[in-house]
Amino acid sequence: MSRVALVTGGTRGIGAAISLALKNNGCQVAANYGANDEAAERFHEVTGVAVYKWDVSDFAACEAGVAQIEADLGPIDILVNNAGITRDGTLQKMTPDRWQAVLDTNLGSCFNLCHATFPGMRARKFGRVVNVGSINGQAGQYGQVNYAAAKSGIHGFTKALAQEGARHGITVNAVAPGYVDTDMVRAVPEAVLEKIVASIPVGRLGRAEDIARAVLFLTADDADFITGSTISVNGGHHMY
Amino acid sequence: MARLALITGGTRGIGAAVARALKDAGHPAVVNYHADEACADAFTDETGIPALKWDVSDGEACRAGVEAIEAEHGPVEILVNNAGTVADNKFENMTDDQWQRVVRVNLDSVFYMSKAVYPGMMERGWGRIVQIGSMNGQAGQLNQVNYVAAKAGMHGFTKALAQEGAKHGITVNTVAPGYVDTYLMRNMPERITQKIIDKSPIRRMGYEDEVAHAVLFLVDDKAAWTTGSTITMNGGTHMY
Repeated sequence: MSRVALVTGGTRGIGAAISLALKNNGCQVAANYGANDEAAERFHEVTGVAVYKWDVSDFAACEAGVAQIEADLGPIDILVNNAGITRDGTLQKMTPDRWQAVLDTNLGSCFNLCHATFPGMRARKFGRVVNVGSINGQAGQYGQVNYAAAKSGIHGFTKALAQEGARHGITVNAVAPGYVDTDMVRAVPEAVLEKIVASIPVGRLGRAEDIARAVLFLTADDADFITGSTISVNGGHHMY
Repeated sequence: MARLALITGGTRGIGAAVARALKDAGHPAVVNYHADEACADAFTDETGIPALKWDVSDGEACRAGVEAIEAEHGPVEILVNNAGTVADNKFENMTDDQWQRVVRVNLDSVFYMSKAVYPGMMERGWGRIVQIGSMNGQAGQLNQVNYVAAKAGMHGFTKALAQEGAKHGITVNTVAPGYVDTYLMRNMPERITQKIIDKSPIRRMGYEDEVAHAVLFLVDDKAAWTTGSTITMNGGTHMY
């Protein structure tokens, strides 16, 4: 069955791999992005996936974005809340701006987009929401009180909304990636990155495709008994 | 790529569904069973999957069983530790024998079976071990200190062996199902199964196929970065 899927932050990194995997699996995919027009255009040219620009931390923009996608492609059956940013700094140096930006983009966006798509999923008695959490939301990380709080918040959000969606055929799950070879991780200083890789039992960074296949698994029609769950994909880096 | 798979307790219930699913996915499967020969014969007749009889709580029998399988079918590349038993009782009434039997069959078997296949997996640089854990090992359950301890122990085993196996291309993961509609559940009084269903946000028990689906996900060649993880599937009954 061909489902319409929305992937936020879906034109680069993990999001791009998720968009592509869903498309290759027969979904009609809309990839949202926030800022990088050039990357979005290139992604669209290479993959043919429709791209939509808006700021996921903006409630009204999310409503408008969803309305536009549903007018273009039809009702959204699958929502992947993947958009995320980092604004690292130790607590002492962290400005309220950095806190707010990360909370609004990483966590607020889950609320905004679920709010916009949930009523339709309920009415149609089918929905798949996958939130992309993080190993750092599970284990914490130095210099990331904002990111760890937002990602940890995603896991709480997932479990609460799973309770509400269960009787309406809507599953809500999280995938918690470890360190994946993306622009975000490549921005980490090399010496730090070497240490990180050394502490991953599998001995390498993840690939975006490693995460995408977990999302595919959770969004399948026959995954309807899995809800409120988190699949960790981290090369054994953190087991809990 | 076709990989020889061995499933313990594989002629009934979840184990049989896992064996069928692996076979359907192109993996030659062999199953172990312990007691019910008529059931095992019927399973082999129907599926063509060979069934070998031994007691998985007996280390020597596990080694001999694996040896016999490898001599006839080749190296075991996928091991699914599914065999399990219950002997429920209030703690104050639980006998030493009830404790020992459940811990040996559910947890000691994981050690013996993994130990029998692990050196070969190390040598070949590839292996997949999947434990069938349990929601009750995560959440606890009254009248089951034996079962809960054994299943929780499986989760610990998984995480420790995942650390060791990672560098050798061996992943070790757990699937933790909630209440699944198997012959075991069908023997329970209806008022109890109804209570279980009422507690589940999805308002039903799981299906054996749904557990098998998660095992397939984890044993795939492409799941190489997922190790030490638990896939929880319980219809939202327990989220942690």
